[in-house]
This record gives sequence, structure tokens and C-alpha cells, in this order.
Amino acid sequence: MSRLEKHEFAEGATSGAHGLERVSERCAISVAELVPQATALFAMQYRLAMIAAHDDLESLRLVYVFLKGPPDNRFELVVQLDREHPAVPSLSHLSFSASRFERENNDLFGVEPVGHPFLRRLVLHQHWPEGFHPMRKDAGEMPAMCLDASPFPFVEVGGREVYEIPVGPVHAGVIEPGHFRFSVVGETIIKMKARLWFVHRGIERLFEGRELQSGVEIAERISGDSAVGHNLAYCLAVEEAGRVAIAPEGLALRAILLELERVYNHIANIGDLCNDVGFGIAQSRALVLRERILRLNAEVTGHRLLRGAIRPGSVELLRLPTPIELDSILNDFEGLVDLATTNSVVMDRFRGTAALSREDAMGIGAIGVTARASGLVVDARRDHPFMEPDDSFRVICEETGDVLARFLVRVREVRNSLEVIGTLVENLSDLKISTDIGPRRNGSGLGIVEGWRGSIVHRVEIDGYGFITRCKIVDPSFLNWPALAVALKDTIVPDFPLANKSFNLSYAGNDL
Amino acid sequence: MIAGISTIGLGVSIGASLLQLIAVVLGGPLLMGLMVKIRARAEGRIGPPIRQPLLDLRKLASKERIHSEHTSVVFAVAPIALVASVAVAIAITPLVSTFPVLGRSADLFVVVFLILSGSVALALAGLDSGTAFGGMGSSRAMTIGALAEPALLVAMLALSIQAGSSNLPEIVSSTLAHPGWIASPERLLSFVALLIVVISETGRIPVDNPSTHLELTMVHEAMTLEYAGPELGLVLLGQAMRLGFLFALVANLFFPWGIASGSNPAGFLLGTVILGAKTVVLVTGVELIAISTAKLRLFRVPELLTGGFVLAVLAVVTGLVTR
Repeated sequence: MSRLEKHEFAEGATSGAHGLERVSERCAISVAELVPQATALFAMQYRLAMIAAHDDLESLRLVYVFLKGPPDNRFELVVQLDREHPAVPSLSHLSFSASRFERENNDLFGVEPVGHPFLRRLVLHQHWPEGFHPMRKDAGEMPAMCLDASPFPFVEVGGREVYEIPVGPVHAGVIEPGHFRFSVVGETIIKMKARLWFVHRGIERLFEGRELQSGVEIAERISGDSAVGHNLAYCLAVEEAGRVAIAPEGLALRAILLELERVYNHIANIGDLCNDVGFGIAQSRALVLRERILRLNAEVTGHRLLRGAIRPGSVELLRLPTPIELDSILNDFEGLVDLATTNSVVMDRFRGTAALSREDAMGIGAIGVTARASGLVVDARRDHPFMEPDDSFRVICEETGDVLARFLVRVREVRNSLEVIGTLVENLSDLKISTDIGPRRNGSGLGIVEGWRGSIVHRVEIDGYGFITRCKIVDPSFLNWPALAVALKDTIVPDFPLANKSFNLSYAGNDL
Repeated sequence: MIAGISTIGLGVSIGASLLQLIAVVLGGPLLMGLMVKIRARAEGRIGPPIRQPLLDLRKLASKERIHSEHTSVVFAVAPIALVASVAVAIAITPLVSTFPVLGRSADLFVVVFLILSGSVALALAGLDSGTAFGGMGSSRAMTIGALAEPALLVAMLALSIQAGSSNLPEIVSSTLAHPGWIASPERLLSFVALLIVVISETGRIPVDNPSTHLELTMVHEAMTLEYAGPELGLVLLGQAMRLGFLFALVANLFFPWGIASGSNPAGFLLGTVILGAKTVVLVTGVELIAISTAKLRLFRVPELLTGGFVLAVLAVVTGLVTR
């Protein structure tokens, strides 16, 4: 194993900003060093969390963010590239996630990953003209679209009685757009290929040139159901870039909001899973419970989806959830769980359906609920905490990786989150914590938050005047979508909606 | 007892059949509305009014006809074939009166095959549209139908062994004459078997989810996805009529009291009201079962239907042994 050369931050590698053990390192390397350095990091059990590309006008720059925890380790490899012929050796033989980030950067920045075995379009659909890279500073106006003449390269499964079922992107229900192509024999799925990025909005570009405070409005809308998760990741990144420390009480207030978001989304998902097996009565109870939490959210933050409470340098709540409210939610939740788990047909539908093995989850680089249901102990609240985790907090894992495991992880996380909120509110009195985020300085920061789907990572770069120059976002859905296709192997077609719902990935968060 | 038909005159028989048709054409959609309503109330919602399916039919009837250019005459004919086959079955089966027109032909095999031909028409239409979903729905419906139809036949066979005839008016009349039969083991076994078949044929939970919008899980709905306007109305009407017919048939086979056996018009009206009451009770029971359970995995549906078939066979064996 080659030894890594360590370049430390100006302020020191071990940041004690929040009284937490955190090692952040950055290392500028040449293109030739990339593969050996990355190999060494992967051998040290780091995972690749993002490859952020930047257009610095005279050159292009890639930042490879590697994470490991606990203890919280963050390692950035920075590579400068020639603007005319930007090319890097591909890491796809080391990491599946890398191969997807490389395709993304190939589309958006025109950075060619040399040696990539599957270099096809990812973000930009076929009707975008060749050679147009919308994230380049000199991309200019939107070009005229070509005809979508080259068909989407689906792998065709040959053989007798193999049948293709195309679904979407327009669905019969109110679902986000995604196109799925199933190759089936009878009812058994041989292969499923998802085509996404129908809702690519250019969110990362929208951040550029905005004031730090006004980035919040965009961050909260990256994926509407993860308003706190994405916004908190954004704010943490901005605060790290500006070297601002928030008082522990403020971090606790933020953690309460993050857990509230987890609770209402998990409960909605538990109801949706029941509805997908035709057990509507459980879903209506889940929706009633979700609505109660949304109203509580509105009283706590002034917004049902918890928007507007967290800002760079500050957090402000209108009131705290009371222990009585939390108990009553937990009580009703247990009733809902009993209703579902005591129904043998529901359990039969969940058990063994769309199982993702531990090895596959690890190989794909799955994170969040998906990974934990397959037995991987990964949770940013433990691995990359933004505050000292509460004693009541547990990383919740299941082993089987099927729909039931994902269901149970959510059930147990709801219980744990309510408990965490309960202990956090006990020791809080101030509802408003505010820190001045000036004086202005330029720099970069990383925000890592365990949203309810999994780890959300934002990497923000700011200039010396209080503006964002680049915000790279990785929603857990981006890393988890390929896991769905793997889990579907040998699942039957009518179980697809259930399997899909159990992963519950965001289209908007993936497409950006 | 067949001789009875000649005693009440052809005119009255035709009247009885017409009354049955009207009752089921209006009653079938109302039963569907009732099922939706029961589910809504159980889930704490108000739900659409019970007459909503009738309003939907009126709305669909006023829309323009749209055909995919890839469809053939099969697609256009199937809804008519569905409605016509169910209408014939309704007209000849003793629902309101024990003496419908052509009652002599109302053999249980005839009725079962009339119902089957409607299913086949829909399955062909599903294939004809050439879409992935249509074919998928047809394949699933035929898989389920291939298991449900034999169970239906055998379950009704158990009744005919007891009555000594496969003629439906005869079965109903002899049940009226021997009230003790309804508690006999073969009756009870075949009742459960028939109920399972009816749930599957009408596409209710736990076999199919009538309210789903997830294309990939559909069975009955997938076959008819390409229909629009008046033809969709016909398909929905046909399905509602089939639902009404099957529930009315089961109600009368196992609990025939209240059916008109004379030619008195008041008796016909009373018979209609009582038939309505019986089916409402039955439908409510089935929907309550549906609410308290979830949809089975597709590959478990054959197990359920095989169970129904086994019960039906047991009913026949019991009938033969105790005869």
C-alpha cells in the first residue's frame, strides 16, 4: 500500500469545531497519482462519496471526496485538469459508485474517464447535442435539441419467451417520472433497466452566484421530502467553509428537525408499503398519523415540511415538541405497526421479496436504509456526526435485505427517532441560536447529514464576498438506484411496485 | 317442476327476465359503489356516493369513441360480447323469479360457459391492443380463470347432485322445497368454494386490487387499459353486471327464499327487493373480508383457487356419498 501524502487544512487537520473528533485532509495530486492514491484509500476502507467537478476557467478541477467512519475521516483528492482535453484515469475498476460519478462528469463537464468500460450518457438524454456540457462556465445558451434518434442502450435479453415490458416515464398514478424496462420470462424479472433524469433541473448550477443565505431556498427544494436533510447538509457545508461553529444547543435543535423529518417520511413509507399489497386500511391510518406530524411540524417551524427553520449560522424554532405529543405519536404508531405485522398476508408479501444481499449492497456502494436493511452498519449520525450523538441513538440494521427488512428498519428507526427527540427536548430552553457567519473568507466545506433515505453530502465552495461558487450535491438515491435493479433479479413483475416503494428512492434528488 | 314454466305463460316469463336484467344492470354498478363506500368508511374517509359508478357510466357514454390504430375488430367487439354474454346469463338464470324465459336451457354448464366467454372476450381484447400491459393482464386473467372456472363448475355440480338436475331453476326450486339442504355439508363446502371463485372472477382483494393504479400489479384492469369512452363504459358495465350476477346467483343457490315462484307481479317486485337485500348482505361480507386482508402474491393466487377447487371436489364427494 502506497503511503498517502497528507496536506492539511490551514486550520489544522483535526477540527474541533463542534467538540467532535474529525479528521479532514486534502491532498493535491497529479493525474498520474490518482489511481494509486484511490487504491490506497479504498484499501483503508474509505468509500467514495462524490467526485465534484469544477470549472475554474483556466483549468478544470476534480475533487474526489472519500469518507470513512467512525471516527469521522474525510479525505479529499484534488486533481487539476487541462481545460482543452480534460481526462482522468477511470476508477470504475475500484468502485462502482466512481463509474457513475465519472459518467455524470463526462456529461456535465466533458471530463473523460479514460478506461471506463461503460461510458454512456447518464444525466443528459440522447437529444442533447454532442459536445455540449451544461455545467461548463462557457456553456452559453441552451442549444437546440436533436431528435432522440439514437435509442437508449438497453441490454436486450434474447431467447425464447423473453418479453419486454416498458413502463413510464408517465405513470398511471402520481409518481415521479422514470422509465423502467423489464425483460421477463413469464412473470419473473430477468433484468430491469431504469432510465432516469427526466427531472434534471440543473439545481447545482442554480446555486452558483447566490448569496449564502439564499441558497437555503434551493437546498430545501432539491427533494421536497428531504427539506431538512438537504438544507442542513448545505448549511453545514457553508459553515465549514466559513469556519463558523454553531453552539451545541443549536445543533440539537437541528437534530430534532432532522429526526422529525425522518419520522414523518418513514411513517408515510410504511403506509405506502401496506397500500401496495392492497392493505389500504393500514395506509389510511399511516396517513392520519403523518398528517398529525405535519401539523406538529407547522407548529414547531411554521412550515409543514419543516422549511425555513435552518439557515447558515442559525436555527430558529417556534416551539419544541412536547413529550406528551411524542408519546401519543409513538402510541398510534405502535397500533399501525401491529396492524401490519399481525396480518399474515402482508408479512408474506414482504418476506423474501426483492432481497439485496450484503455483498451486493457493499459492491454497489449502497447507503442509508437500503444498506442497513442488508446488514451494513452505515449511518452518518454515527460515522460523520455533526453533533455528539445522543445516548439513546442506535444504528438500526436488519440482515435479510428484503422488503420486510427495509420495512423493519424504518419501523425501528421511527421508534428510535422519537426517543432521540424526547431526550433532546428535555435539555433545551432556547429556541433561537444564531451565529454571525462573517467575516467573509473563501474556502470549501463538506456537509454530511443522515437524511431519512441515507447520507446526503453537499460540498460547497464560497468566494470571499459571501457568494457560492459551486455546490455539489449527492443524494443517497444516486448511489442506491442501481441497487434496486440488482435486488429485482428473480422478483416477479407484480412485486415491482412493492420493491420500488421499499427502496423509496427520490427521482428529484437523483436527477438534480 | 319444469312443467311449472308452462303454467305461467311466456309473457310473464319474458317480463320476469326483463326485470332481472334491469335489476342487475342497475344493481351491479350500485353494488360496486357500495363496496367502494364500505372500504372508504372503514378507512375513515367519506368516499364517493354509492351511485358514483352509474354516474361514471353516464359520463363515459357521452364521450367520443377512440380506437388505437393498432387494434382490430376483436377490440371493438369484445365489450359488446362481454355485456351480451352476461346479459343472456342474467336473463335465463332464476334471480327474481324461478321461471325466467328459456329457464329450461338454464343449465349450470351453460351459465358457467357464458361467464367464461365474457372473460375470453376481454382477454382477446387485451392481446389485440398489442401493448405489454394488455398481454400481461390477459395472461394473468387466463391463468387465474383456468383455475377458477373448474372450481366454479365443480362447486355447482355438488348442488346439482343434491337436486338431481343440473338445471338452475330446478336446483333453486328443490332447495325451496327442502329447506334442510342448506345446512348440509356439501352445501356449506360448495358455498365457500363458490365464494372464493366469485371473489377471483370479480377481481377483488385478495386476488386483484380493483383500486390500484400500479400498472404492473393489475390483472383485470390491465386488459382494459386501452379502452376509453363508451367502450370503456361497456366494459365497466359488463364487469359490474357480472359482479351483480355472480353474487345474486350465489345468494339464490344457497338462500333462495324470497324468489317469486308464481306469476303475481307483486311477487316479482318483492322478489327483486329481497334479491337486492341478499346480495347487499353478501357483498358487505365479502368486502369486509377484503378490507381485513391484503392482496396475495400473484403466485399464491393459484394456491387459494386450488383450495377452492378442493373444497368443491369435497362437496361433490360428500354429495355422492350421502346421497
